[in-house]
Amino acid sequence: MKKTYGSAAEALDGLLHDGMFIAAGGFGLCGIPELLLDAIKDAGTKDLTFASNNAGVDDFGIGILLQTRQVKKMISSYVGENAEFMRQYLSGELELEFNPQGTLAERMRAGGAGIPGFFTKTGVGTVIAEGKMEKQFPTGPDGAMEDYIMEEGIFADLAIVKAWKADETGNLVFRKTARNFNVPAATCGKICVAEVEEIVPTGSLDPDAIHLPGIYVHRIIQGDHEKRIEQRTVREA
Amino acid sequence: MWDRNQMAARAAQELQDGWYVNLGIGIPTLVSNYIPEGIEVTLQSENGMLGMGPFPIDGEEDADLINAGKQTITELPQTAYFDSAQSFAMIRGGKIAMAILGAMEVAENGDLANWMIPGKLVKGMGGAMDLVAGVGRVVVVMDHTNKHGVSKLLKECTLPLTGKGVVDRIITNLGVLDVVEGGLKIVELADGVTESDLRAATEATLVD
Repeated sequence: MKKTYGSAAEALDGLLHDGMFIAAGGFGLCGIPELLLDAIKDAGTKDLTFASNNAGVDDFGIGILLQTRQVKKMISSYVGENAEFMRQYLSGELELEFNPQGTLAERMRAGGAGIPGFFTKTGVGTVIAEGKMEKQFPTGPDGAMEDYIMEEGIFADLAIVKAWKADETGNLVFRKTARNFNVPAATCGKICVAEVEEIVPTGSLDPDAIHLPGIYVHRIIQGDHEKRIEQRTVREA
Repeated sequence: MWDRNQMAARAAQELQDGWYVNLGIGIPTLVSNYIPEGIEVTLQSENGMLGMGPFPIDGEEDADLINAGKQTITELPQTAYFDSAQSFAMIRGGKIAMAILGAMEVAENGDLANWMIPGKLVKGMGGAMDLVAGVGRVVVVMDHTNKHGVSKLLKECTLPLTGKGVVDRIITNLGVLDVVEGGLKIVELADGVTESDLRAATEATLVD
């Protein structure tokens, strides 16, 4: 079955509906599926819930879908750097569920791995624990009991991710820190669409160096990426 | 009194050879400038990297290579990259020996607040809650008082917590304190600071 598509719009054809739940890869503006986000903006799909570590900036990443009021809810760990987000959140137009970053990553990984819930120490004794099941485990020194809270796996309708290279079967290779949330996000969608900088012929990637096997990836597009830098920091030569 | 760089230099004395360490944003980032001679530490960046190098020279920035503060950085010969789930597996799993973080408030029982001011600052906790829950040792580096001169070392935190009873040591511009049974214990005074100066600037219970 052919997984490669000609454009982001074609790759998303038939997959989008109002009120859907999308898991997106990326950290800050690094490794975000910018072409697929653009295509979702053009498609005009509304009332979206996004599980994404961040919400982009005002004019890039998920930020562009906030401008067009297509997002109903964000599940994120950090949403600074986005004025429009703040405005919509403080005025009550946008729902926000803060997840600790590692909890968000593990929720995606767990969902993709068929694990509907898991226990973690993260957030015990904080607002994050409110309303969640608590359980003790003998993980402390000398088997002392320690408190854990239950977090749920994420099962998204769609995952959108960005990788460096794909082969025609959807095996993905990422580059440097642009891997980030793309791997766990890809696994937790019923369908995963990946945008890459280059689709290479099947057989040309080293099978020992595949970061995400193609079983998780259903549709692939190649395109030109802006790859914007959020904070350019340099040192003296 | 210590300035930012002196606080970072003092925090660097906490590092031990062979440790994997996570440094927070702000003064903790400066700690990497003061790693003692002969000590090898590997810096973890929670967005998916071990072996974080310095900022790139002008023109060599790479959009695919940033730290958790979203700043452009470089890699080192020992660098390894991984995804966010793997990154927090090593954090939660106790593989990171120490985190050095900034804070808004620390309580005498080790409670830490550093992510939210209700009604004012709503940015999110990022990876801070996972770090303080998972790493072997948590060292806070912060000013002893806020800009109004009010102690940031409190009997109880007033802001939403990042973690409960998680802080081991606090390094401020006035000195070094440990969280012990019953309160905070003065470990060291900054240059030119007397014990009574530090006591006067501290709301938390100080124990001997």
